Amino acid sequence: MTVNDIIEILDATPIAGKDRLDNEVKTACGSDMMSDVLAFAKTQCVLLTGLCNPQVIRTAEMMDIVAIIFVRGKTPDETMIKMADEMELPILTTNHRMFSSCGLLYEHGLTGGIIDG
Amino acid sequence: MAELMELNYTVSNEDFTRAGEASSDVKKKLKQLGVSPEAIRKVAIALYEGEINMIIHAYGGKIKVTISEEAITLILADKGPGIADVEKAMQAGYSTAPDKVRSLGFGAGMGLPNMKKNSDSMEIQTELGVGTTVTMVINI
Ligand SMILES: Nc1ncnc2c1ncn2[C@@H]1O[C@H](COP(=O)(O)OP(=O)(O)OP(=O)(O)O)[C@@H](O)[C@H]1O
Ligand SMILES: [Mg+2]
Repeated sequence: MTVNDIIEILDATPIAGKDRLDNEVKTACGSDMMSDVLAFAKTQCVLLTGLCNPQVIRTAEMMDIVAIIFVRGKTPDETMIKMADEMELPILTTNHRMFSSCGLLYEHGLTGGIIDG
Repeated sequence: MAELMELNYTVSNEDFTRAGEASSDVKKKLKQLGVSPEAIRKVAIALYEGEINMIIHAYGGKIKVTISEEAITLILADKGPGIADVEKAMQAGYSTAPDKVRSLGFGAGMGLPNMKKNSDSMEIQTELGVGTTVTMVINI
C-alpha cells in the first residue's frame, strides 16, 4: 500500500510532504500518546493520531514514520506544516474518527505488525 | 577509542514546541557521517526520550554526544529535582508527569525503559535537589 492509496481509502487531504505520496507503507500505529509511538512503532509505519502539536512531527521524524494521518479533521498549523515539508514527511488529514480510520485501513490489508514483547 | 566528533547542545524548557531539536540535529549529523540506519534509529529514540525528560521533569539541561569508531555516547545532564527511586522510575508505566504533560502526548512512563532498550548500556546518576545525569552508549 502507498500513501496515495491511504488518501483514497480514508478520503483524506494531503497537506504537507506532497512529493512523497508514493512511499510504501507496511504497518500502521494509532495513538494519541507519543510515548507509545516511540516505544512500539515499526519501520515503514504510518501514524494515525488525534493529537495535533509539533511533537507529533518530531516523533515521526525520530521514528522514520512514512506519513502522519490526523483523524477527526484535525489540521496542523503553519509551523507544523513547515517542519513536515522540510523533512519531506507527508501529512494527511481525514474526517474519519480514529476507530473508523484504523478499521478502513485494516480492511484494506494494513496491519499493526507483530508484537515483539 | 579514537574520538571522531563531539556535539554539544543546551536544551531549554521554555518552549515545548522546540523540544527535540537537539535530537533532530544529531540524527541529521549521524546520517551525514554514514552511520548505519539501525544505530541511528536507536540513538534518535533514546536521545529524544531523554531530551523530552529533561524538559518535562527538570528545567532543561545539557546534551553531549561523542562519536567514535566503535560507539556513540549520549550524556544528558540536568539540574532538575533528581529521581527519588530510580528502580521505580525504570519500570514501564511509572510516571509522575502531570495531566498537562499527558495532554501533550507524553507521560506514559515508557521513556526510561525505552532508553534502556535502545542502548547497549545506560547509567543514571541522580541526587535529589541537585540533578540527574543519564549516560547511554550505543555500539556501532
Ligand atoms: N531528568 C529527570 N529528572 C527528574 N525526574 C525524572 C527525569 N527523568 C525521568 N524522571 C522521573 O522518572 C519517571 C519515569 O520516566 P519515563 O521517561 O520512563 O516516563 P515519563 O517521562 O513520565 O513518561 P513518557 O516517557 O512515557 O513520556 C518520570 O515520570 C519522572 O518522575
Ligand atoms: Mg519520559
